[in-house]
Parts: sequence; structure tokens; C-alpha cells
Amino acid sequence: MIAVAAEAPLLDARGLSKTFGIVEVLKDIDLSVRAGEVHAIIGENGAGKSTLMKILAGNHLPTRGEIRMDGQPVAFASPVDAEARGIVLVHQEILLAPDLSVAQNIYLGRELGRGLTVNDRAMNEGAAKAIADLGADIDPKTVVSRLSIAQRQLVQIARVLLVPHRIVIFDEPTASLTPHETEALLKVIKQIRAKGVGILYISHRLPEVKEIADRVTVLRDGRLVASHAAAELQPADMARLMVGRDVAKLYPDRHAARARETVLDVEALDVPGYAQNASFRLCKGEILGFAGLIGAGRTELMEGLVGLRPAHGTVRLNGSPAHFSDVHGSLKAGVAYLSEDRKGKGLLLTKDLRVNLTLASLGKFTSGLQIDRAKEAQALDQAIKDFDIRTGTKTILAGQLSGGNQQKLLLAKMMLLDPQVVIIDEPTRGIDIGNKEQIYKFIAALAEEGRSIIVVSSEMPELIGICDRILVMRSGRIVGEVTGEHMNENEIVGLATGVTAGEAA
Amino acid sequence: MSVAATDTPKAPKTSRDWDMAAIAPFIALALLLLLGYFANPNFISVANLLNVITRSAFIAIIALGATYVISSGGLDLSVGSMVAFVASLMILFMNSGTIGDPMLMLIAAMILATVLGAACGLANGLITTVGRIEPFIATLGTMGIFRGLTTWLSQGGAITLRDREMQALYRPVYFGTLAGIPIPIVIIFVTAAIAAFVLYRTRYGRHLIAVGSNEDVARYSGISVNRVRTIAYVVQGLCVAVAVILYVPRLGSTSATTGILWELQAITAVVVGGTALRGGVGRIWGTVCGAFILEIVGNIMILSNFVSEYLIGAIQGAIIIIAMLVQRLLMRR
Repeated sequence: MIAVAAEAPLLDARGLSKTFGIVEVLKDIDLSVRAGEVHAIIGENGAGKSTLMKILAGNHLPTRGEIRMDGQPVAFASPVDAEARGIVLVHQEILLAPDLSVAQNIYLGRELGRGLTVNDRAMNEGAAKAIADLGADIDPKTVVSRLSIAQRQLVQIARVLLVPHRIVIFDEPTASLTPHETEALLKVIKQIRAKGVGILYISHRLPEVKEIADRVTVLRDGRLVASHAAAELQPADMARLMVGRDVAKLYPDRHAARARETVLDVEALDVPGYAQNASFRLCKGEILGFAGLIGAGRTELMEGLVGLRPAHGTVRLNGSPAHFSDVHGSLKAGVAYLSEDRKGKGLLLTKDLRVNLTLASLGKFTSGLQIDRAKEAQALDQAIKDFDIRTGTKTILAGQLSGGNQQKLLLAKMMLLDPQVVIIDEPTRGIDIGNKEQIYKFIAALAEEGRSIIVVSSEMPELIGICDRILVMRSGRIVGEVTGEHMNENEIVGLATGVTAGEAA
Repeated sequence: MSVAATDTPKAPKTSRDWDMAAIAPFIALALLLLLGYFANPNFISVANLLNVITRSAFIAIIALGATYVISSGGLDLSVGSMVAFVASLMILFMNSGTIGDPMLMLIAAMILATVLGAACGLANGLITTVGRIEPFIATLGTMGIFRGLTTWLSQGGAITLRDREMQALYRPVYFGTLAGIPIPIVIIFVTAAIAAFVLYRTRYGRHLIAVGSNEDVARYSGISVNRVRTIAYVVQGLCVAVAVILYVPRLGSTSATTGILWELQAITAVVVGGTALRGGVGRIWGTVCGAFILEIVGNIMILSNFVSEYLIGAIQGAIIIIAMLVQRLLMRR
């Protein structure tokens, strides 16, 4: 566990920098990994963690800087090169073929053969052993689609570890796991470490970093801001280093919400399979947060509310009953939902900004039969100004905008409908700090105008920073509400996980 | 990057509006005309060109509908059989003599064809959207149904328009001219102009492209995906009806083999015209150009002695593959 100081690191990176276009996403990062240690890389979304890992795993070439292994400079043109050197990456997303068995997935692309046929028996035995090595018990013949998320995660790890490896990179492996499953996974990682493997562990869940890491490196806005032995840092220190600025400055000043009339009243809403018996009220000019772990049913609850999923229950808008069977209905009633999946569900990436901006509100731009393109162009100019969308030319495609500008465009698109209730799902996912700050300002301004806002987010600091109240969901149910001085991470984590604050820390 | 970020009252035109995929079919058409001229100087005569374009009318008009279906992310394999089915019913109706006055009868028959075409399209649309069956399978099924019903109606033989007076009255719709231009050519351009207006200038057209481009984004933007897709199939049916109204006076007869492989030609015209098969891009004038290219290739083969004219089907099959390869190459850049 304690690294021998004299021992040369397995991997030593110096001055790594990466530029995409004109945006410098990584600058002068030094990083080393020794055998038998867990080196955690922490930072907010957009800090550059993923880019750094992709460089080390051979997905990207660094713009500057060098990587040495065993003292020799190396360059990885592809993940295959990195694997040949013993560096393997466990992806955050589950990349398995759901219709194949566990063993077939583990050996996918490197099947064991026997003459012309595959050797299923050998592969099943190998897979069983690989899984047993991780301290788990899964029948290798089970079809993957029947496994839980945590089990799939383990199969994915087993698949990766089949490659002879010296360094394993885990990219936010616990993002979709329950606390219990996380505990089990951390045990697995400790076992891997005990075999003398070097581990890079990316996360922004600080308590688990504190538990597992030997060293911690903090990235912020693409720069390395600190690198310490884990023993020297408490989670609170890590948080301060990650955010790095006066947190109060990142979030806009909010006037305390006065008691105002209820705009949206949801009673016992069921979204079959995802959310049960959800009841809440939203007031005029209020920002209401929805916190919870990934998979708690927050997104699905909102999708059910606006008619994107089947849902039953009572919804009252301004006192009169409302039921939305599709988004057309909810938009017409003045309830807009901005999806967390901007690229997949929010914008047409291959179309230009004008088409995207007016897509949901074309009725306002149609005179007679014809779309008024001059009016559309005018609206685009206005949106670019109002929402500070940074774009070189207006004929750029939506897919060419940065994440932050895409989010601003999506916000502008929905605001053309002048909605009374705005539901924003993960408003700042994949967005850099500067744009984040602006988006928080926009959200606060919308509330100030008298609109009612729901923010669904997995970033607790952001919810605490901008919301008036926060509802916490767990396993499809709203399990509590935090307001005022109770709006802190401990209270929220406690409710979200069902474990009391003392145990979780 | 241009420096056009300053406020200009009109959206600036950039070179991107003229990308290669859009102009490639027109370049191909120009090259073909040149090739035709060298193969046989008679080819470039006005009479021959008007003749060739007239003969492309059926495929061109059907392909306009196919442009809608394909832009929306769908596919319609049933159009050839639909032509045979609608045309057969139209002739049977005219033969039935239910309306005495020939002119009224003709108008009623045209209305019937239009309604039938729309109904066939609606059936295709509802099966794929409400029935949630892959368009390939759904229209493969209706293709068999329409073809089978035609064979049954004709009892394996031909269905022929019998009334002489009616034939004489109806004949000019295909063979007549308007200001010296054959009527089928006028109809191609009028239909294309309407199709272009609806696709490029109206709310429905924008919705159609959005649905074909990304169904989820359309749904999350409050667009009824099923309604948009279903209407695209109805538009296809209406285009088939227009083609039928032009087709019946030409031969005055249908059989079980009427319109065979027309779906292949229509889809080829659409793809050659630069519309992406995966949806989200629709090029109306490209489609018209694609239909001309198909017919001109056939005409050149007949006028020249390089290749046997019996190979037309094979050449057309090759053209669709070449067009896809060119599209892919242009896309990668």
C-alpha cells in the first residue's frame, strides 16, 4: 500500500497538453503512477479528467508533452498501442453486447478457438475464473441483459483485466452504482492494487476517493492545481481545491423566495417502472432542485410529467387539471423540458442554428403557409445576443458549437415558447466553468422574471448554489425535502442513499 | 471562417449552401448530355430531349413522393405495385359506365385515383407508424398485396379502357402540349415546385426534415413524429396517383406487370439526386435531375451501339450503387 519512494514509477507523464481547435483543454499536466498504488484524479466536469485519461489510454495524442514508461518515451497512436504496453481503461459507460452471454462478452473479439469452431467450454471456464478473481459470483453463461448494472460493471472489468495489464484506469466506475455496490467495487479495486498493479481512479465522489486513494491529483479548468498524498487531504479540502474559487461567486445572488402562489401541483404521479407516487408543488418564481443518484428516476419522472412517457396521477397547472399526452401538449400549456441529452434529444446537430432555434415554435414564424426566414434570422440574432451564444458565423451547424453554447442554444429554443414552467435536466453537464456561471445566471434571471424552474442535477454543489428548495429522490420515490440551512451535501447524500450522514462520510 | 458575425439584416449566404452533394447530380446530368452528344448528335435535338424527359415523368413524379418518405427516415417499396393497382381500379371504374357523361366520368375517375393513392399511402403510413413495423417490411408486404390484387382484378390478363370516346378525351393528358411543352413535362415541374415549396418553406417540411434527422429531438420539441411520417406516405400515395393519371392515357391498359421495378427506379432517382437514405436531407430538384439521368442513360444506350439495350436494368442497378459510393465519399470530407 505504501509506495516505496525509490521505486521508479510505471508511468511518468510530463507537461501533457491538449488543444482542440483553439480551446486548450489540458495544460502542462505532470502525472505518475507507481506499482501498487491508487492514484485518484479528481475535478469537476469539464476539468479535463476524461481528456487526460483518453491520452493515457491512446484515444488522443497529446498536443505537447511526453509519456515515459520504464524510463522510455512512448507514444500511443491508438488504444491498441496502449494495451500492448499494459495500460487498460475501464469505461464509465457499459460497453457490452446485451444479447451475448457473460463469457461471450468477456472474450468478444478474442475468442478462444479450437480448429474452426470456438471453444465455449474453455471460454466459460476462463470467464468464471476471471469473475471469481474479482470476488464475484456470476454464471458465465448468463445473458448480459439479465444482469444488474453493478454486475455488468464487473463483467466489463473482468473483460478489461483479461488483457495483460500493469496500469488500470477506472473512469468514474461508481457513477451508476448504489452505495452497497460501490463498497463491493472498491474492494475489488483494492485486490487489484494488492497484485502490484498501478491504478488511476477518476471520480468526483470525494468520500470514496478518500477511502481508496493513496495519492490525489486535482485538476481544474485543464490545469493541475494540486497533488498530495491522500492522507494529507480531507474531502472538504478536496472540494475546495476542485472548485478553486469562491463558490458564492459561481452562483448568482438569489432573493429569498417569498411565499407565492402555486403554479404546478403534482399529486401521486406514477411513471411505471421508474417513479412512484411523486407529489410536489412548484411556486411562481421558484427554483426547485431534484437531487438523487443516477437511476433514481428523476429524469423519467420529468419525462412522465411532460408526456414523453406514460404516466398516471394528478397534475394541476395554475389550479386547473392538466394531462399531457405528448410534448406538443405540455409546450402549449407552457411547460418546457430541456433534456439532459442535448446532443441526442435536444438539438439537430447536423442542422444550422436557425433551424434548431425555431424548431419547437415554428408556428410563431409562419405567416400563411410559408416560414418567414427573415423573422427567423432576426430571432437568431436576438438569441445570440440574449444568451451570449459564442459562434464565429451564424451558418455553423449546431454540432460544431461547444457544449456550453449548445446548452445556451437549447435554452434559447425553449424560451421562444415563453414557458411558464421550465424543467432543466443536468443544465451544466459537460460544460466548462465560465459557461456554467452564465447558465446559472440565466436560470436565476428566468426565475426573477416570474417563471418557475425545476433543476434536475447530479451535481450537488450546483443544486445547493441555485435552488430555493431541493427534493431528493431514491429508487423512484421522493424521499425528502431540504431547505435553508439543511441544504448541504451530507443531508442530501443521506437522503439519496438512505444511509445517515455519519455512516456515509 | 468569415467575419460575418456582425449584424446583417439577411442571413449570409456562404459556400456551404452550395456543397458538393447538392450540385453533383447536376454535374452528372451535364456530363451525360455531353456524352450523349458524342455518342449520337441526334440525341441533343429538342425533339429527342423533350421525348426523353416526357418518358421520365412517371418515375420523376413518384420519386418526388419517395423524396418525402426517405427524408423522413422511411422507405416505400410498394410504389410500383401501387401504380398497377390504382391504375387498374381507375380503368375498371371508367369501364363500369356508372356516369354517362364522358367528361364527368373522367373527372370522377381522376378524383377516384387520387383518393385511392392517398388511401394506399395512408395504409403504408399507419402500418409503419401506429403498427410500428419497419418500413422495409411493411411496404414489402403491401407491395405483394397491391401486386396480387392487380393480378386478381385482371385475372392474369390485361385491363383495357374500352370506351373509344373516353380514350379520345383522355389522350391529350399524356400526348398533348401546353405552349409547345408536353403536358407530362409541365406536370413534372409543377409537382416538383409544389413539393419544393412544402419541403423547404413550410412548417410541415421543416418538421419532416427534423423527424428524419433525429426522431428524439423532434419528439422532445413537441412534433408528432407519427403524424409527420404518416403524411409523408400519403404524399407518396398522392404522387403515385398523379403518375397513374398520366399513365392511363398513354397505353389505356394495365396488367400484372405494370410498374414492375419502378420502386427501384424511384429510389435510385432519389439517391442519385443527393437525398440521404438515412433521412434528414431532402433534395427535390436533385430527385428530378436523378429521374432525368436514369431515362437519359437508357436513351443513350438505345441511340448508341456501345451497350445492348437489354442491359438497362443492370446499368440502373449499378447507378444506385455508384451514387451511394459518391455520396459517402462527399460525406467524409
